[in-house]
Amino acid sequence: MTPSPAQGPRFSPLSVIALIAWVGVLVALSMWMGQLSYHWLPVQASTAAPLVDGLFSFETAVGTFVFGGVISVMVWVIVMHRAEKYDASDAEPIEGNTRLEIIWTAIPFVLVMAIAVYAMRVNTTLGMLGPMEHIHLRSSVEQAGGYPGDRLPAEQVEVIARQWSWEFRYPGSDVSTTELHLAVDEPVTFRLVSEDVLHGFFIPAFRLKQDIVPGRAIDLNVTPTREGRYRLRDSQFSGTWFAANQADVVVESVEAHQAWLEAAARQPLQSGLSDASLEYAQRGQSRKAGWATVPPAPPPQVNVPGSNTQPHDG
Amino acid sequence: MTLATFPASEPKPSWTRYFSFNTDAKVIGIQYIVLAFFFFLIGGLLAMIIRGELITPEADLVDRTVYNGIYTMHGTVMLFLFIFPVLNGLNNLLIPTMIGAPDMAFPRLNAVAFWLVPIFGVLLMSSFFVPGGPAYSGWWSYPPVSIQNPLGHLISGQGLWLTAVALSGVSSIMGAVNFVTTIIRMRAPGMGWFRMPVFCWTALAAQSLQLIGLPSLTGGAIMLLMDLVAGTTFYDPAGGGDPVLYQHFFWFYSHPAVYVIILPVFGIFSELFPVYARKPLFGYVYVALASFIIVGLGLIVWVHHMFPSGVAEWMRNLFMFTTMLIAVPTGVKVFAWLGTLWRGKLRLTTPMLFCLGGLFNFVFAGITGIMLATVPIDLHVSNTYFVVGHFHYVIYGAAVMGIFAGIYHWFPKFIGRMPYEGLGKLHFLLTFVGANLNFLPMHPLGLMGMPRRVSSYDPEFAFWNVLASLGAFLLGVSIIPFLLNMVSSWVRGPKATHNPWNAIGLEWLLPSPPAEDNFGEHVPVVISRPYGYGLGKPLVEHQAEIEQALALAEQQEAAR
Repeated sequence: MTPSPAQGPRFSPLSVIALIAWVGVLVALSMWMGQLSYHWLPVQASTAAPLVDGLFSFETAVGTFVFGGVISVMVWVIVMHRAEKYDASDAEPIEGNTRLEIIWTAIPFVLVMAIAVYAMRVNTTLGMLGPMEHIHLRSSVEQAGGYPGDRLPAEQVEVIARQWSWEFRYPGSDVSTTELHLAVDEPVTFRLVSEDVLHGFFIPAFRLKQDIVPGRAIDLNVTPTREGRYRLRDSQFSGTWFAANQADVVVESVEAHQAWLEAAARQPLQSGLSDASLEYAQRGQSRKAGWATVPPAPPPQVNVPGSNTQPHDG
Repeated sequence: MTLATFPASEPKPSWTRYFSFNTDAKVIGIQYIVLAFFFFLIGGLLAMIIRGELITPEADLVDRTVYNGIYTMHGTVMLFLFIFPVLNGLNNLLIPTMIGAPDMAFPRLNAVAFWLVPIFGVLLMSSFFVPGGPAYSGWWSYPPVSIQNPLGHLISGQGLWLTAVALSGVSSIMGAVNFVTTIIRMRAPGMGWFRMPVFCWTALAAQSLQLIGLPSLTGGAIMLLMDLVAGTTFYDPAGGGDPVLYQHFFWFYSHPAVYVIILPVFGIFSELFPVYARKPLFGYVYVALASFIIVGLGLIVWVHHMFPSGVAEWMRNLFMFTTMLIAVPTGVKVFAWLGTLWRGKLRLTTPMLFCLGGLFNFVFAGITGIMLATVPIDLHVSNTYFVVGHFHYVIYGAAVMGIFAGIYHWFPKFIGRMPYEGLGKLHFLLTFVGANLNFLPMHPLGLMGMPRRVSSYDPEFAFWNVLASLGAFLLGVSIIPFLLNMVSSWVRGPKATHNPWNAIGLEWLLPSPPAEDNFGEHVPVVISRPYGYGLGKPLVEHQAEIEQALALAEQQEAAR
């Protein structure tokens, strides 16, 4: 009897049970990895964070199952289907199986489309929490400090990115600072502008990232949900001190935030934080060879420089 | 038909031909590969400096300007001077011999395309020595940071970089015209499309992508060069330009470029798994066609690199769907390889180990790729070390390991000597462990929020960075057994027979190394599909006589 290639191999009941058991193990492992994946991410400090993390956990679980399945087959054939030492013969020639081809085209198709639909719904939810962003060309009116639009939440913060410092302006309170302060559970709109090159506005604990494009004002909405001190990092390469272009984000209670704003408004203007300026000043004395750089912009004049050396939560 | 005779006493060609304007595709292939590995060592050395800097949180090993120049040059050298040239080298060796052509369609154009590589290579390297140092804005060279030109000189590192990349584009277009024409026009009699080896299918797919995509990058780079040196404002918002426009030009090519790299590696996997599992390639027709589905989809996914750049919500969703779809034809290939291995008779030779390791890494990279395609996840991890980890799994874990597999597999054919198995397996072990130790820790770093391209980082990232650096140093060591193996087996390795792996394919019906014009006048007539392992059907007419003649010539050679 010659088995035809189109016919699947016959399995013994024992091997079917073993296969089902192994799939069960993989499913359990995948669900465990899905739960574990929450610990690989920073603390959740915005309304967006649980949505993003849920999606990531789901994809980690699915991915673990796919990876585990493929690697199981590879390990199985390496252990079980090795040629004997002096066996120079060929294996049984199976050239293909159309039914299998259709199955393993259809299953990944359905799987990735399901993931994409789920992700699109998360996108929509993120959009309902506040439009993810809104792009304007920067007009002279806006540069003069006008903030048109009726959908802006309670607080607006203008974020000015430079080579290499962050400046935050609270137009409602006439305060500027180099440390970002936000009230917990209060929606806030950032208006992101850049004075020079591309920068990226990235607060890992908020799970959001938006490039800042010179010549545009980009509105980005977020609602912080957890008090604490977090990191804002530049995420789009911006030149020599790109890595040092970080600021702290303080999320505090509504009362504390109001008190901070009032105290800040009374502070005189002083130099804000700019690690780049400090390093640039020392550069002449350092013996380390370097290549050319554009000089850092002078540190912004702000009411509250704040600090970027305290321990942060994420 | 008169049988080909293989004179055993052909004058041995001089080694100096490798340093000349030679039009033989097999010479050009070896020129490409050797030159590519020279630049691989330079790119690797730069990687060692990067990982040396990142083993501690502070920017303490080199100045930040130096770090930025070095990471930029690492990416540029590895892509434009290592991986594209090494793949073009394999194309030159394999395409004519696999389809039974005497040479490429345009041999002189082929040589010009090759000799442009050392020219733009020297140009790029010279940028280390111009005042101000080399380009420092990453291999993307996004404006405006790439056109800041701190010293204001006409000749700057960035200007040399852009010129080199534009020349690389010209060289690649010349190569692509040649490869596509050769595959379409010069196949052996009887070799219809569905008798063509999968490597040639993938090469055709990849080189078609080059022809469609490269004009976009080359044009985009020339406009950037004009902004840099001539004061135009194509990308400057102050002059009515748009910096995001450059990103579209760049990624319209540079995402497909990933498929230009990985498709031929899929071809290598598809060639090698059947040989070392002693089975036909499972679902040959599907595997062949999947390459062109990847070409079609690969051209409409580029915006996934720009999800945080400020693109409209509907575009994010659209490009998420197209990107996800690429998993389908890719999955078809992965399952086909598993089907090929299933119930095979596996021989774990060095090339097979590299293929298996490459497949392992590729599946992992595919899963992180799906995560990156998902817009909300991407908004968190884009421009972080998660991406760096993902693409190093693709490029090093899968593509470079596949290339090593190909080199070990076809070395006997084109050099005429056998590589050493022991050194090969040591090379595999160090590469596999080193790559995973180097690139796996980058994923948790990215999830935690460590941006890429940083010369310093917060102390909470130190642990995973130390592991990654140790892995990188191990990868640095892994190249030593490879180089030892290549040099020593080239000089004094055991003589290779015409078909040491007992493989099926036209190239294995040529002597090792083949004559300059391959089959010459006596191109065999192909009568079967490739990969007929276990089927007992000959690939070509008069196969037994051809093999007898080859064996006889080898016996005479041995007797002398």
